[in-house]
Amino acid sequence: MATVDLKDVKKVYPSGVEAVKGVSIAIPDKELCVLVGPSGCGKSTLLRMIAGLETISAGTVAIDGKVVNAIGPTERDIAMVFQNYALYPHMKVYDNMAYGLRNRGTPKDEIDSRVRSTAKVLELSALLDRRPRELSGGQRQRVAMGRAIVRNPKVFLFDEPLSNLDAKLRGQMRVEIKNLQRTLGVTSVYVTHDQLEAMTLADILVVMNAGLVEQTGAPLDIYEKPASIFVASFIGAPPMNLLALTGSSSGPILADGTAIGFAAPGTQAVTLGFRPEDADVTFNAEALPGALVLPAAVEAVEPVGAESFLHCAAAGSRIIVRVSGRATAKPGDQLRVVGKAEKLHWFDQAGKRVD
Amino acid sequence: MAPQLAITLVFFYWPAGQALYQSMLRQDPFGLRTRFVWFANFRKVLADPAYLNSIKVTVVFSLATAIVAMCVALLLAVMAEKAVRGKGLYRTLLIWPYAVAPAIAGMLWLFLFNPSIGSLAYLLRSLGIAWDPLLNGTHAMILLVSAAAWKQISYNFLFFVAGLQAVPKTLIEAAAMDGAGETKRFWTIVFPLLAPTTFFLLVVNTVYALFDTFGIVHAVTGGGPGKATETLVYKVYNDGFVNLILGESAAQSVILMAIVIALTAIQFRYVERKVHYG
Repeated sequence: MATVDLKDVKKVYPSGVEAVKGVSIAIPDKELCVLVGPSGCGKSTLLRMIAGLETISAGTVAIDGKVVNAIGPTERDIAMVFQNYALYPHMKVYDNMAYGLRNRGTPKDEIDSRVRSTAKVLELSALLDRRPRELSGGQRQRVAMGRAIVRNPKVFLFDEPLSNLDAKLRGQMRVEIKNLQRTLGVTSVYVTHDQLEAMTLADILVVMNAGLVEQTGAPLDIYEKPASIFVASFIGAPPMNLLALTGSSSGPILADGTAIGFAAPGTQAVTLGFRPEDADVTFNAEALPGALVLPAAVEAVEPVGAESFLHCAAAGSRIIVRVSGRATAKPGDQLRVVGKAEKLHWFDQAGKRVD
Repeated sequence: MAPQLAITLVFFYWPAGQALYQSMLRQDPFGLRTRFVWFANFRKVLADPAYLNSIKVTVVFSLATAIVAMCVALLLAVMAEKAVRGKGLYRTLLIWPYAVAPAIAGMLWLFLFNPSIGSLAYLLRSLGIAWDPLLNGTHAMILLVSAAAWKQISYNFLFFVAGLQAVPKTLIEAAAMDGAGETKRFWTIVFPLLAPTTFFLLVVNTVYALFDTFGIVHAVTGGGPGKATETLVYKVYNDGFVNLILGESAAQSVILMAIVIALTAIQFRYVERKVHYG
């Protein structure tokens, strides 16, 4: 129904704080774009600028090719799901959902049919006569979604909509949001600090840090080729293991003096990274040419069920290795961590990826 | 026994009991003989056209004062909330009048609108309005309502400001995105959410207008012209302490006591259990 284009968008508050320092994102029609980043990275501010709730200090926001900088939230034809749901407490569920349609002068019978059909989709039909305080968290979440959907807007905005729900419900709602968005085909922008939500929901994932975009792309592309140390450590749980390197004539050397035995791509790499699942552990001492081999001491074992995480001390750092099933290693064991050479990530002094 | 209880007994129950007893007594003009007359004083008071007029005056005065004080305060609170700079200064200035004693507030308005020396009265007359609160009962009532409301605006303002701040900002943002303009947002979202504050203030303002405005009435009109601004409380004072008809005055004060009890009951029933959401 609509594309959303941000061009060099900036937000400077009157106090001089620069919350968003020039962000450009192009969201194609019907796609779900997730903005992810730590708190204070400017993702919510960016969302509020798309909504029209914050003024845009510089740059342009265009919806469907039309610049909307000067248009207020009332006329942008956008719907937003707020973190605390922002349901009107004095109105019944029905009126909460009908409010936006009434404001736009939709005929009464059309309002009624649209509210009832949306309620059916969201399984809210039995709750239409209740007030928000009589609903559970998950139900409120649904009403907030219903209020957005019923208007059939050009763009959906989601501001951390699942963060007030418990873990199980969050998982359910995540799938539901994804399905709904795909069925309705509405261009959406979704803000979250939860990297799991970001990975599973996004068509386009935008990783933000300190008011700037660190990386934009498909979630798995970002996971496999993080553009910077920040992205590498933010996306993925547990995070990527990072080891400091120093160079020498014979090749890169780890912080504790171990040579890694093969060459780094380029000479500027100062950090080496590998994901917990891209390494294995062995008690044997055979030579493994072409692989990253680190002598390590197990400090802790976290069994999760289907997998276990070994927290180890190696090369002067703490690293985490994922092993499937039950771990045979115990705290105190000495073993070797083996990283697959093709799954290593290299970063330069500025934290940028080196290939 | 707790000292509080002793104080309540001495300063509340005893006088209240005395008033009840006195409301059933009648004295001769010279105060030489007192007779117990049961409810004759009440019957006389309730049949007295002057008393019925006083009830009418009180209803008009109380409602007008409460409505004017609340509407103006709400308007000021909404505007003060919208102010970007100097919010604190506006608030301080608007709260100030609450510190002024009722009689002084009355004198202030009396001087401003005095037909012969009042600067605002002069202004009104130069606008072609035959302003004369000394002879025109309606004018006197307007003056009285203005003075009484002016004093109460600050109090209402404080509560409305607090009430407005308690309305979550995201609700207003959600309404904006739902296509509601500013006026519509106010009447469909903000005002309904202020309902508990509004109801509380309605009760408090009515009680204020009924019982706490003696000083203003006394200073501004003295119940006149004629009996055009004689409220129930002022009539109790006039009949009892000026005209020395003690029995009837006591009967009136007992009726007032009943009204206070009824209002308190309403306040407890609805304000405490309230119109709250969330």
